Amino acid sequence: MLLFLEQVLNGLQFGVMLFMLAAGLTLIFGIMGLINLAHGSLYMVGAFAAASVLAVTGSFLLAVLGGMVAAGLAGLLIESAIMRRLYARGHLDQVLATFGLILFFNEFVRMVWGPRPLYLDIPSWLAGTVEIFPGAGYPLYRLAIIAVGLAIAAGLWWLVQRTRLGMLLRAGAADREMVAALGVNTTRLYAGVFVLGAVLAGLAGALAGPLFTVEVGMGEHILIQTFVVIVIGGIGSIRGALVGALLVGMVDTLGRAYLPSLLRLVAEPATADGVGSALASMLIFVLMAAVLIWRPRGLLPAHGH
Amino acid sequence: MVIDRHRWLPPIGLAALALVPVVAALTDDPYLVTIFTRIVVLALAAVSLDFILGYGAMVSFGHAAFIGAGAYTVGILGQHAIMGTPIIPGVPALTGTTAGLIAWPLGVVVAALLALFIGALSLRTRGIHFIMITLAFAQMFFFLFISMERYGGEDGIVLWQRNTLPLIDTGNAVHYYYLCLALLAACVFILQRIVRARFGRVIRGAAENERRMHALGFPVYRYRLAAFTLAGAIGGLAGVLLANLDTYVSPETLHWTQSGELMIMVILGGMGSLHGAVVGATALVLLEETLATWTEHWMIILGPILILVVLFARRGLYGWLAGRAR
Repeated sequence: MLLFLEQVLNGLQFGVMLFMLAAGLTLIFGIMGLINLAHGSLYMVGAFAAASVLAVTGSFLLAVLGGMVAAGLAGLLIESAIMRRLYARGHLDQVLATFGLILFFNEFVRMVWGPRPLYLDIPSWLAGTVEIFPGAGYPLYRLAIIAVGLAIAAGLWWLVQRTRLGMLLRAGAADREMVAALGVNTTRLYAGVFVLGAVLAGLAGALAGPLFTVEVGMGEHILIQTFVVIVIGGIGSIRGALVGALLVGMVDTLGRAYLPSLLRLVAEPATADGVGSALASMLIFVLMAAVLIWRPRGLLPAHGH
Repeated sequence: MVIDRHRWLPPIGLAALALVPVVAALTDDPYLVTIFTRIVVLALAAVSLDFILGYGAMVSFGHAAFIGAGAYTVGILGQHAIMGTPIIPGVPALTGTTAGLIAWPLGVVVAALLALFIGALSLRTRGIHFIMITLAFAQMFFFLFISMERYGGEDGIVLWQRNTLPLIDTGNAVHYYYLCLALLAACVFILQRIVRARFGRVIRGAAENERRMHALGFPVYRYRLAAFTLAGAIGGLAGVLLANLDTYVSPETLHWTQSGELMIMVILGGMGSLHGAVVGATALVLLEETLATWTEHWMIILGPILILVVLFARRGLYGWLAGRAR
């Protein structure tokens, strides 16, 4: 039971991490109609920049800030140089151009930071465990990520539902042309949305540093999971991104933890472990296919698409 | 009189490809044949993708699944043949084989069935959802084979030899090259006939205006599914040839970057012309090889080239070679 609770928290932690990436990606698609495969590269840039800042300053907070700034700057750069030419293009062109960006970023990072993976330490003030239930400790760092993720979800909710900018975002997701026709400076709005997404991706990358290895290509694996999230949640909807992220985080984590032992009930251990881990890594894709067949526009689609 | 480059480019290209082993022999550079065999095999995969992408506007981001299906069929049959183990434990009658006449058609059929299954589900969706669901299916099979320890897991399957065929010595690099080239030429020829036939017109019509094709009474979904399945079958053939070329089956053939590279070949060469996909495959592989001899960081050059092609060269290399649009 305690182990189960720990796995649920792990799922929640992975879920909010996916949400930080998915929120930006889904806004970028919902408002600008852009499929941005390079979103994972911004996550990678954030992680590497954070690792460097940490090595120089020794301050984890500065490192996280550095990751966010670096990803935001990279986002601003590619938005103004490339992305804004792609908004009006077809999905195919967007996929290919941003695929080219992935190649560029991966090699760029390899040239600057070298081919070896980096390992970040959890800062001392976030190390250790918290006793959430008598006798059950849970890593403080993971709890901190959950807190940050939920705070960001709340912040985005406030931004989208309660501010003038959020009104424009919602209007943009519903009808892009109308927003432009009403005299909104869409060039600036789009750049702002893109940079916001990039900063969130950088934050996710910086926070992921101490949990996963910081290596070239780290953005691609999580990128595809993020796409699963936004497709399940309904493209363009932040609420959908949150629901999708938590769902995918839970299903993936619990599947990996329990599928092999569940299969042990019906098969011999060696086969069960093999098949179980294979099934577990396929589970979120099965989930996505099932959701799309059941509800082709996702669970909570944004209006107007 | 204006020379009709559209008519003359394909035969000239085929003749140039046919001369590759001769050039390799004259320049004493056998590696050239290996590179061009890879080009021809990848061109076959790119052509099959162009058939659904360029003509049917089905942006499949999971074409690697079908290549993997063909490759793993050859690999799995080969592994059981070497080990002398049955494919399904407990059924000793079902052993592996290295006979190409069994393994190759089987690889194509497996890929076609997989495409039928994936297509039947994916083609219900449109736009970004179609892109993502095809990608998801391909990733599913990638992870499946990564975790299948029985078939090498992340290491893949190493084959001892190529599949044997009657009359053709597949172990001879030049023979194998001509075999691949002949299959590529045959597939391009057949697909071209299909594109121009009624079937192809329905597919192209549906890409332009699906509602109109519906109104005309065509079961668009079934036509698309048939095209998707055919493309998957040819992708499977490419996978069969790739596994035999390398005598190695790697889960990398299923990776999504492989699907991405195939799309790049199609765009680079020029969408919707079949020959363009061949040009694109040739250009991309040669570009990679050339850049790799200059610097180990060749991807930092290739990435921006791709972006420039997408932004500024919409018609691709073939459109540029062949002059004005048809």
